[in-house]
Amino acid sequence: MAELIVISTLNGVLFGMLLFLLSSGLTVIFSMMGVLNFAHASFYMLGAFFGYQLTRWIGFWPALVIAPLLVGVVGMGVERYGLRNTHKHGHVAELLLTFGLAFAIEEIVSMIWGKSPVDYRVPAVLDFPAFTIFSTNYPAYKIFMLVVSVVIFIALLVTLKRTRVGLIVQAALTHPSMVGHLGHNVGRVFMLVFGVGSALAGLAGVIAGPSLVTQSDMAALLGPILFVVIVFGGLGSLPGAFIASLLIGLIQTFAVALNGSLASVFGPLDPSLGPSPLTDIWNVTIAQIAPILPYLLLVLVLIFRPMGLLGTRES
Amino acid sequence: MTDAPTPSLAAAKQEPGGVLGFYGVWLLAAIALVVLPLIFSSGGSLTSFCLIGIAIIFALSYNILLGQTGLLSFGHAVQYGLGGFLAVHVMNAGANHNWPIPLPVIPLVGGIGGMAFALLVGWVMTKRAGTVFAMISLGIGELVASSSLILRSVFGGESGITTDRTSLMPMFGWTFGPQIQVYYLIAFWVLVSAIAMYALTRTPLGRICNAVRDNPERVEFIGYDPHVVRYLAYMFAGFFAGIAGGLTAINFEIANSAYLGATQSGLVLFSAFIGGTAYFFGPILGAILVTYLQLGLTSVTSVWQLYFGVIFIGIVMFAPGGIAGILMKHRPLIRAGTLGTVIPSYLVAVIPTLAFALGIILTIETVARFSGGDVINLLGIPFVATAPTTWAAAAVLVVGGFLVARITWRRVAEAWDRAATVARDRGYLA
Repeated sequence: MAELIVISTLNGVLFGMLLFLLSSGLTVIFSMMGVLNFAHASFYMLGAFFGYQLTRWIGFWPALVIAPLLVGVVGMGVERYGLRNTHKHGHVAELLLTFGLAFAIEEIVSMIWGKSPVDYRVPAVLDFPAFTIFSTNYPAYKIFMLVVSVVIFIALLVTLKRTRVGLIVQAALTHPSMVGHLGHNVGRVFMLVFGVGSALAGLAGVIAGPSLVTQSDMAALLGPILFVVIVFGGLGSLPGAFIASLLIGLIQTFAVALNGSLASVFGPLDPSLGPSPLTDIWNVTIAQIAPILPYLLLVLVLIFRPMGLLGTRES
Repeated sequence: MTDAPTPSLAAAKQEPGGVLGFYGVWLLAAIALVVLPLIFSSGGSLTSFCLIGIAIIFALSYNILLGQTGLLSFGHAVQYGLGGFLAVHVMNAGANHNWPIPLPVIPLVGGIGGMAFALLVGWVMTKRAGTVFAMISLGIGELVASSSLILRSVFGGESGITTDRTSLMPMFGWTFGPQIQVYYLIAFWVLVSAIAMYALTRTPLGRICNAVRDNPERVEFIGYDPHVVRYLAYMFAGFFAGIAGGLTAINFEIANSAYLGATQSGLVLFSAFIGGTAYFFGPILGAILVTYLQLGLTSVTSVWQLYFGVIFIGIVMFAPGGIAGILMKHRPLIRAGTLGTVIPSYLVAVIPTLAFALGIILTIETVARFSGGDVINLLGIPFVATAPTTWAAAAVLVVGGFLVARITWRRVAEAWDRAATVARDRGYLA
């Protein structure tokens, strides 16, 4: 049990930090521009595939830097030539544009790299067990992932709280038109923020790719969970997104590790009852319902606290 | 999306023969539905008509949300799929217990299924409109789709639940075994649902839905609760989506968890939006086009879904009114008789635009077939995906087509402005 708790906590925090790399960009973009970027998880996937391809061509370490930059450029292009032109048609059109983009990016990725998982491996330098705990080897690569995401987290925090750019971004979060009135080029701020957000998502993809599965459906799998994270944390709240990322990371990881079901707690049902929804629910394990848990959480939050954990506004 | 004609303007412009024209449209639609299978009688086209009919109901039901009430849903397939599942279960139960239920009322059962689920979750979902609604609809969609794989006894797991449409009580001597009988069943429900949904837009509820879409705050001031209005619209949309789901269950004699999934929700969004959400007939056009492309493109290219994405992005960026919006923009010009002045500039613009589109197609196909080495057959000209000449041709078409098209479309806009000014002077354009 102690082993399960320690390992799952480590994995959960790791997954949570990865989620935060994505949700931080998503929530900043949302609160600044009012656009819920459906394609955000697609940028994460692009990061993973760019990372894979560049690793094959020039090695992992250059790819770690170049792939997120490429994704950032793609993101800036999307903002400059897509969203900015669609803005006049309203938020629904912008949302639909990113929805169409997410769809198209998935198709393009599966067109180029195929639908089956690609062989994106952990670099040889990091391919060793970092430490052994309760007879389980914990891979060094996961520690590396954790370190990278914590470093990015701190860098993000310092940038937002201590620099002038961060000040403008923070101001634009709550009062975008006021920032414009003060003479800042809001368009350029938007483009940069969109680019940085996409690059962060790309970075998450590059480092998560070797550890998780790099496949053309990885965006579709992660995307809805990201929305859960930012709604749960409160739209537009970075600390909220941070707490929600960690919480959902931990919940998901622990749920997958647990094998209990109602049947294992209260004993099996009378077999004479035959198959029914009750037996389905009775026999399902916590691990099996793990994929549903975030959505259940989303529904509960929207019923009982529509502004999310730390959010201040409802929409 | 908000450029729907206001009722007063539309009513004022109605010609004396308006009533006749109004019923004439539905009568023509009915005749067309009856005659179509007599003209195109092959099995393949019959199957296509069935799918298109179902897609029309589904897309129209979606437009109750998006077009009429302004609710962007990413989980509309939930009601569609649950309607399908309920229909299958009732069909199986009816066959087992020899209930006197004829097949033609089964879609109604599906509709009730879709409505019941909307009744259950709708109150919470429609509390807020806009982005929050979009996200919660996505969440509910994922929740139901994932749950359907757990509740195996109800949803049949991966393989789904099968049924036999001929096992129910026959009606008028029809067993609904042959596809042509299923076609007429679907055609009947298409007509009935379309008329019902059109009638819904004409009721006070339909009107207040439009008001909720445009300005919920003012709706509150005149004494309506936007939340209740959205809830009602959501239930009606669920009802008609359930009818479409029930028809699908009858058509394929199976219901599986794919009916509930995100792909299905995305397709209906594409259909409604590509067709145009501001006009009632928009989603019909969209459903026909999307289903036709879906059936036609799969045999031509392996990346047909990408074309959907590209078309969708193009519509969102350049013509957010959809096909219906483009068509209806020309109405005042036709009435004012100034359309003729725009057509020459259109004809000029068509050529580089087509070149640009061909370039995009060539690029996509080149990438898609690069490793396979298949020959691309574009307008009868064979292109080899690995040949640099193909890449050069694609690049020239894309870049050249884009640059020239941009100039010609500017000229279209100028010609359009002139024609619109004349139309405005003659009183045909507000």
